[in-house]
Amino acid sequence: MTQVKMTVNGKAASGDVEGRTLLSSFLREQLNLTGTHVGCDTSQCGACVVHVNGEAVKACTMLAAEAQGAEVTTIEAMANADGSLSVIQQAFQDHHGLQCGFCTPGMVMSAAALLKENPKPTEREVRVYLEGNICRCTGYHNIVKAIMAASGQDVSRIAAE
Amino acid sequence: MYNFDVETPTSIADAVKALGREEAQPLGGGQTLIPTLKQRLASPSVLVSLTGIAEMKGVCMTDDGQLAIGGATPHAVVAREAARHYPGLADLASHIGDPAVRNRGTIGGSLANNDPSACYPAAALGSGATIITDKREIAADDYFQGMFATALDEGEIVTEVRFPVPEVSHYQKFVQPASRFALVGVFVARFGDGVRVAVTGASNDGVFRWTEAETALSSNFAADAVNGLALSGADMISDLHGSGDYRAHLVGVMTKRAVAAAR
Ligand SMILES: Cc1cc2nc3c(=O)[nH]c(=O)nc-3n(C[C@H](O)[C@H](O)[C@H](O)COP(=O)(O)OP(=O)(O)OC[C@H]3O[C@@H](n4cnc5c(N)ncnc54)[C@H](O)[C@@H]3O)c2cc1C
Ligand code: FES
Ligand code: FES
Repeated sequence: MTQVKMTVNGKAASGDVEGRTLLSSFLREQLNLTGTHVGCDTSQCGACVVHVNGEAVKACTMLAAEAQGAEVTTIEAMANADGSLSVIQQAFQDHHGLQCGFCTPGMVMSAAALLKENPKPTEREVRVYLEGNICRCTGYHNIVKAIMAASGQDVSRIAAE
Repeated sequence: MYNFDVETPTSIADAVKALGREEAQPLGGGQTLIPTLKQRLASPSVLVSLTGIAEMKGVCMTDDGQLAIGGATPHAVVAREAARHYPGLADLASHIGDPAVRNRGTIGGSLANNDPSACYPAAALGSGATIITDKREIAADDYFQGMFATALDEGEIVTEVRFPVPEVSHYQKFVQPASRFALVGVFVARFGDGVRVAVTGASNDGVFRWTEAETALSSNFAADAVNGLALSGADMISDLHGSGDYRAHLVGVMTKRAVAAAR
């Protein structure tokens, strides 16, 4: 066991971990931040996306020990300070960007990373950016629409409702 | 996953020392190794993380005009920082996997793994790059030794990769839609003294140079120059995503598209 210390959602967090402890396991099982989902064993679904030092990473494909000293942001920190939904989250609700919601934490974290890098993406850029986020329910159109809406763009001409 | 220790050295010298421990293995971005460990297909007792080694990260031009990339540099950084110097290579890096994979996965890890469908091996072979390790320098032509096989010794670290910069180049990737890897990918690079063509995703022997196409394109750098050239499907990977003949055909198509798009 080694001790890891990091900043999670702006607060100091620490715990004893094994070498093999994944960042996703540390967040979910030791910090009880279960908003970060784990949907696969193959690093392909993106349900576990969090931000490490401001960059989107798959928390299931990084060891907790590698996050020593890092700033980690999870879906739990995405709402506004007063508890209301952030612009991206509200857009997912308004445009029906989720059904079962399993993929949604990763979708929102990826969307936030995209809009930070590219505040007004085209529809194609949104679709390409989400290549590593799989959704079994929605068929993606409304997720894309929500992200376009969150970026302040007109979404009336985007496919499917 | 079986358990293991994690070492986080901050210099190449300390990493080499840590790799001297029994059953130690380097950990790059973990984008291949961690899923492999989850399946218990590997059981190292120590993982030596390379991503905290500053001297193994970054992109710069050398005095003799080559592009040098640290072995622990993530794909996303190459996509951004190599764009001015070697656009064909930066474009390749920007299409590996997805954004989260590109933020962690490294060039050294990709070249050490030498997946038969990976993208960087095509760029390294197609550019005639030099793979620099903690022990020696290896020419790309000698480095790749078949599927998942390289000239690296156990525990040897890819610390840097040096790319001669071509006049024009392009990587054309036919994406396997489930994995995002290359079903077939072709890297074409035109240098002052000739053209190199490297093919990934297709052969049972891993990345290879298509020498007939190199000869044809060296005398006439136009998509039509490869008309009439054909590879045999017999030596190609055949799986549920495509037969050997299909892949052999795709190599020709991707080569033409790469030539047409080369900048
Ligand atoms: C969803 C997904 C999609 C992907 N799509 C693509 C794609 O389209 N194209 C593509 O090319 N790749 C793709 N990859 C693979 C990705 O590029 C990996 O990052 C890469 O293959 C391995 O690099 P890594 O730094 O993550 O290495 P790791 O996973 O850490 O290590 C891989 C192997 O290399 C060894 N190693 C690592 N670094 C070094 C080093 N510096 N020196 C010596 N040995 C080292 C390790 O011991 C291990 O054996 C994808 C991966 C995922 C999860
Ligand atoms: S749980 Fe991380 S990619 Fe699927
Ligand atoms: S809403 Fe169910 S997986 Fe995306």
